[in-house]
Amino acid sequence: MSVRNLRIEFPTRRGTLVAVDDISFDISPGEILGVVGESGAGKSLTGAAIIGLLEPPGRIAQGEILLEGRRIDNLPYEQLRRIRGRQIGAIFQDPLTSLNPLYSISRQLVETIQTHLPLNDREARTRALALLDEVGIPSAGERIDHYPHQFSGGMRQRVVIALALCAEPRLIIADEPTTALDVSIQAQIISLLKGLCHEHGTAVMLVTHDMGVIAEAADRVAVMYSGRIAEIGPVQEVIRTAKHPYTHGLMGSIPLIGHHVKKLTQIDGAMPRLQEIPAGCPFNPRCEKVMDCCRVERPNLQTVQKSRVACHLFDGADGEARAGE
Amino acid sequence: MFAFIIRRLLQSVLVMLTVALIAFALFRFVGDPINNLVGQDTTLQDRQQLRETLGLNDSVVVQYWRYVVNTAKGDFGYSYMHRRPVKTMLLERMPATLELSIISIILALFIGVPMGVYTGLRRDGFLAKIFMSISLIGISLPTFLIGIMLILVFGVMLRWLPTFGRGEVVAFGIWTTGLLTASGLKALIMPAITLALFQMTLIMRLVRSEMLEVLRTDYIKFARARGLSNRAVNFGHALKNTLVPVITITGLQLGSVIAFAIITESVFQWPGMGRMFIEAVADVDIPVMAAYLCLIALFFVVINLIVDLLYYAVDPRLRIDGGGSGGHG
Repeated sequence: MSVRNLRIEFPTRRGTLVAVDDISFDISPGEILGVVGESGAGKSLTGAAIIGLLEPPGRIAQGEILLEGRRIDNLPYEQLRRIRGRQIGAIFQDPLTSLNPLYSISRQLVETIQTHLPLNDREARTRALALLDEVGIPSAGERIDHYPHQFSGGMRQRVVIALALCAEPRLIIADEPTTALDVSIQAQIISLLKGLCHEHGTAVMLVTHDMGVIAEAADRVAVMYSGRIAEIGPVQEVIRTAKHPYTHGLMGSIPLIGHHVKKLTQIDGAMPRLQEIPAGCPFNPRCEKVMDCCRVERPNLQTVQKSRVACHLFDGADGEARAGE
Repeated sequence: MFAFIIRRLLQSVLVMLTVALIAFALFRFVGDPINNLVGQDTTLQDRQQLRETLGLNDSVVVQYWRYVVNTAKGDFGYSYMHRRPVKTMLLERMPATLELSIISIILALFIGVPMGVYTGLRRDGFLAKIFMSISLIGISLPTFLIGIMLILVFGVMLRWLPTFGRGEVVAFGIWTTGLLTASGLKALIMPAITLALFQMTLIMRLVRSEMLEVLRTDYIKFARARGLSNRAVNFGHALKNTLVPVITITGLQLGSVIAFAIITESVFQWPGMGRMFIEAVADVDIPVMAAYLCLIALFFVVINLIVDLLYYAVDPRLRIDGGGSGGHG
């Protein structure tokens, strides 16, 4: 799956707000790409755009989304609907509200399976049972006819994952799948997701603001800030040797067990609102290493070691030298 | 579930006993019943004797209990005005009112719900805006005005429909129906529309706002993200979640339509219970008023019971079956 120069706009009466501005990334089969950033950085919108469920008036103003080489962002609604669930699955933040309270689990599973696969009722039910087994619901045969309110939060998120996997999609967009869960259950769900995707070769776009989840599950990570990608690269490299000052600040704000730190780093200020994104690099008002050019010229993603970083610190030949400390 | 029904039934009995108490009190508060029964020149002795035979000298509790027992048997006494058993009068009038009310509610549901779904889905559509404007008229115009305007246009000017009465009726035992004759159906059209219009707009607006609410929920987004068809999402998942409030309101409205069809019945000279009640009020015909009060209360109690049972059918969260593992709805 590739996203090319995606730009998402919200036309309002007072002018157009650009929520996601010119971002590009790829996810290869079986790979888990983590997407981190503060609230409002555009992570969830990017996910919604990929499955074609941007809420109006939000729209894709520019760029394209390719799935296995085929462009999908400009498909008519009905064709895109067939791709949703069949080729791209989605998991949302809150498992407590993701399931229709009035229908049993079996009905919701069978309905989804039969939407995408030519199975009769009995076959669909068998498949539903197998899926519940696979996501680790104990005594699935007994619980399949239960209603969502009879499951705990963690169990419901397993059901949600089973629903997303119904038709073996090639890509899963997981939008903060663990945020609403207990910490003890978060780890279970993440390892379940990771295991299932490695088994089925499914690619995952894991949207979260939890660096711990990223470090645990992702292969690569994209750090988003104000609708742009600040840094993208292999997860170990981004965590250990963060290049963009924003990523650096993010990593410094995570407490580590065993490291004695007097005070956690803090990034002063807040992410600008969409109407007030400054010229040049959007991070410049908060950046410790801000330079004159940062306020004028927008930095482009450039390759630094194995990562790609959007920061003027790495411009030109002496970029390494200036960043070196 | 079973315990719930028993509990609800007991509550209903309590409500009915209270209503019966109020109806019973009517007899005592609106003057001496003997004065209402006899002429001015009746001797004191005759009055005393009548008082004794009617049991009016017994204690209040005994009289109340007698009233409850008689009412439960369907014996509401004699109408002061018509000198006929109130029960017979009610039975004559009830079919007309029930037919009109139920047809109106069905009309309101079958037009109101689809219009509500449509305006909920196509919030900004042209047709949806027209529906919403029409609904404003329906919700704000008084019933009698709609009735009179309908009579003026279709009865007087176009002469398509009869302006009063019920048309020809067919009797099945004690039940008379106007639904089986052409003139009966024709006579039903205008009163039913008059009565349905307000309910219809109410239901439409309710369904619309509930739909807008439900369409924003996560499970609808998730259903779309799973690639379910629009039809399955909108009607299977969204509409069913709007039903609980719609059932509540429809139930209450059916009750008040039966109870307050009075205005429509007056406008169209519909021979129903509402008109009988109005006449009884004008004539201070206490037994009829008291019987009407009890009957309407009974309708409300029964409808509410049915509504509660429908909740159980629609929403599995209300069914107590103890299979849960600590989830919160």
